[in-house]
Amino acid sequence: MKKLVKLVSALTVVLLISAFTVNKEELGEGYKIGDIAEDFSLKNIDGKMVSLSDYKDAKGFIVTFTCNTCPYAVLYEDRIINLDKKYAPKGYPVIAIMPNNTDVKPGDNLEAMKSRAQSKGFTFPYLIDKNQTVYPKFGATKTPHVFILKKTDEGNQVKYIGAIDDNYKDASAVSAKYVENAVDALLDGKEVEQTVTKAIGCSIKV
Amino acid sequence: MKYFYLILVLIILSCKSDVEKKNQPPIALSENSKDELEIYDFDGFKKFLNKNDDKIYVINFWATWCAPCVKELPYFEKLNAIYENKNVEVVLVSLDFPHLYESKLKPYIKNKNLKSKVVALDDPDMNSWIPLVSQEWSGSIPATVIYNKDKKQFYEQSFTYAELEKEVNQFLKQ
Repeated sequence: MKKLVKLVSALTVVLLISAFTVNKEELGEGYKIGDIAEDFSLKNIDGKMVSLSDYKDAKGFIVTFTCNTCPYAVLYEDRIINLDKKYAPKGYPVIAIMPNNTDVKPGDNLEAMKSRAQSKGFTFPYLIDKNQTVYPKFGATKTPHVFILKKTDEGNQVKYIGAIDDNYKDASAVSAKYVENAVDALLDGKEVEQTVTKAIGCSIKV
Repeated sequence: MKYFYLILVLIILSCKSDVEKKNQPPIALSENSKDELEIYDFDGFKKFLNKNDDKIYVINFWATWCAPCVKELPYFEKLNAIYENKNVEVVLVSLDFPHLYESKLKPYIKNKNLKSKVVALDDPDMNSWIPLVSQEWSGSIPATVIYNKDKKQFYEQSFTYAELEKEVNQFLKQ
């Protein structure tokens, strides 16, 4: 009988935990600092599928939710390109993901993404979250929205969430380069000092 | 039967003129004051979030380029008009880019004949002030704060008119 009670209570605990896990996902809270980000497989503008696991030599990733149509995202395009140019050779490539529903924002469809990437000379993959399943897992709410991941033995650990820097208007007037500071710290084997920042962005269109 | 047709025609005519009237902006209604846009950095703006009188304030963060914001703007206008005598005041806080104030924001305010108070918030160091509006705010717009001197609610979402009215009524009930 004792065994049965133990078994039932153990089962209850398991059920409760799984129930809460599901709830958390449904609420779309997304990753927190220190969480392990699940890998994904999303279509790139060249038609090929891209996953984080494809990057065998990467030390981590600058996952950037962005799009064609958000004025803030457009203001940051050159800075995103510069991040990739600076950090991809050091092991932290930019992975750009377009999260919007393209029925709501036709200007963000795959063709439009392709032509924007070509005209701006994107050096990184520009993936489409067609089924809108990846951005809720991250907890991205807007464009642009950056998640820096560090490759660890347990998986890709979330080290930074937030903005690229502290001045959307003028790249030359920036005083805090949040993303660069975070990646530099990780490359130096240090902890990221400012792990979460906020910025205005366009809500992701569902 | 003759009268019936006459009445019908009259009704149709009156409807038509009514619609036309609605679409026409009122002529030169305080043009000058509408042309002046109040522009604040966060330090200057924060007084709008901390008023300590008997009113209920509905502070909506929006921009002319933000499609869901523009879509819900008429609901805030309607709320402001209907609830004005119930001590509710709407403030529309534009986050438009400063270089577009003249070409986009001011014409928008004028063409839509916005009656609610519109102010522009221009402060690029967003990480410093977004948490001061609400710790819950990730930074996407539209976003809305409803408050009175006793309580404050934050919403990072789009509203329908019914939803907006429901939230404001929560404050009125107290």
